[in-house]
Amino acid sequence: MADAVLGREREGPPAAVWEREPRRHRAWEGLRCYGLIAAMWIRSAMTYRMSFLLATVGHAAVTLLDFAAIYIMFTHVDALGGFSLPEIALLYGSSSTSLGLANLLLGNTDRMGTRIRDGSLDGMLVRPVPVLAQVAADRFALRRLGRIAQGCGVLVWAVAALDVDWTAGKVLLVPVMVLAGTAIFAAVMVAGAAFQFAAGDAAEVVNSFTYGGCTMLEYPPTVFAKELLRGVTFVVPLAFVNWLPALYVLGRPDPLGLPGWVAFLSPLVAFAVFVPASLAWRAGLRSYRSTGS
Amino acid sequence: MRLYGAVAVGGFRRYATYGTATAAGVFTNTVFGFILAYTYVALWDERPGLGGYSQGQALAFIWVSQSLLAAAALMGGGFQEEFQERVRTGDIAVDLYRPADLQLWWLAADMGRAAFQLLGRGLVPVLAGALAFPLALPADPVRWLLFVVAVVLGLVVSFAVRFLLGLAAFWLLDGTGINMMAGLVSVFFSGMLLPLTVFPGGFGDVVRMLPWAAMLQVPMDVLLGEGAGAGGAGGALAFQAGWALVLLGAGRLMQAAATRKVVVQGG
Repeated sequence: MADAVLGREREGPPAAVWEREPRRHRAWEGLRCYGLIAAMWIRSAMTYRMSFLLATVGHAAVTLLDFAAIYIMFTHVDALGGFSLPEIALLYGSSSTSLGLANLLLGNTDRMGTRIRDGSLDGMLVRPVPVLAQVAADRFALRRLGRIAQGCGVLVWAVAALDVDWTAGKVLLVPVMVLAGTAIFAAVMVAGAAFQFAAGDAAEVVNSFTYGGCTMLEYPPTVFAKELLRGVTFVVPLAFVNWLPALYVLGRPDPLGLPGWVAFLSPLVAFAVFVPASLAWRAGLRSYRSTGS
Repeated sequence: MRLYGAVAVGGFRRYATYGTATAAGVFTNTVFGFILAYTYVALWDERPGLGGYSQGQALAFIWVSQSLLAAAALMGGGFQEEFQERVRTGDIAVDLYRPADLQLWWLAADMGRAAFQLLGRGLVPVLAGALAFPLALPADPVRWLLFVVAVVLGLVVSFAVRFLLGLAAFWLLDGTGINMMAGLVSVFFSGMLLPLTVFPGGFGDVVRMLPWAAMLQVPMDVLLGEGAGAGGAGGALAFQAGWALVLLGAGRLMQAAATRKVVVQGG
């Protein structure tokens, strides 16, 4: 039987190859084009090297003010929601780095509403390049490395200052947490871009999930109400960006009573949110009617 | 005067057109209000009376400041991006050509915008916050009246700073970097992230003297009835008016320098 199937496949017309090839080709093509567009913007930024350097350093210095506010809180208290400053720095550093990375890779999707309104999306539709790659890579801003550097800096300080019994699992979980967190934020950004097809001009709603989510994740989950925790665990799974892995690293129980091993689920959760997000993007793109002017 | 009134009404109506964007903004301000309110509850549970506020006052601070955020354009989104774009493209020549004062023209337009943002984006978050948390808001109508005056003065100071940023485009051409930094700095030094009364020692004293304090911290102190080193409501309003005059004056000088520099290309 197997031979017969294989034989038929070999004998058949090249249709099977045709169907499979373009798909693999498309994803690869999208990445390649993303790289090309991003490289173009990097070259353009590098034309004024000093200006780029200042923007990046400035970005890092100024986003550090966020952490300064938390630091000032700790000049008055020893713990917030039962968490010490290094513990909150772990939350802050991981959430800030994840959002920074997602922002670097996909941050410009928040201009979708504007593109739909002014019709500049139409120009992208006629190019033989996946639209999402164009939307995400357009105006690629390498200076956003500043925020990432700042987040990483706080994270490294936290890891050094924490009094944690580092097992192999905990050591592994820190980079996994940052990368899976990036993927979850990226999925939210794609879903948000898709939402703009329906809403038109509601980029700020997406901000409340990305920037708002990031701000929330900088503080310990014990600070927030249970209903809110359930919402960001089971509905929009932001808790998997850093809360659940960080609680495992710190050896603290989850306020919702979830078992410890969920800390390792972040990569799976990231994949699980990417599927509906990319389906929503496709549906949005198919339903798109130009403003026509 | 009629002219500037019409410009202000135009500014109001222009922003009133974007219904979805306003609703999205209300949603975002409410979400941030909830997140910050929970952290403040944790902070004030740990240290009651921190910064001279009771927990109810701290919660009122959070929610009212979310309502002022868009109006005072603390995170950008005011007029300066458009102004800088007009400088870059040369459209600013048209503005200079008008039989109206450049600074007053943009002040009027920005006040119209702020008035809309105050009503359109301000009322709902405060209502949501008042339903979910016990806010210590004053019942005295005089206090509210003083608060309104302080808000208007704060908006003028905010405009005056952003007018300087707008004019910077004559030299920098691109305003992206300076706008981003100005946004983050004004969020920090206005008291948006943390009331300035909580900032420690000499650093706190300096921060409370800067113009950003006039945009948010001072109106909030007037509303909550805190002197906060400014010596009562009268002193607070004088502090704001002083900064408004200094910064508007600086804007005048810089505008004069900028217009001497202008070279209109093409025809």
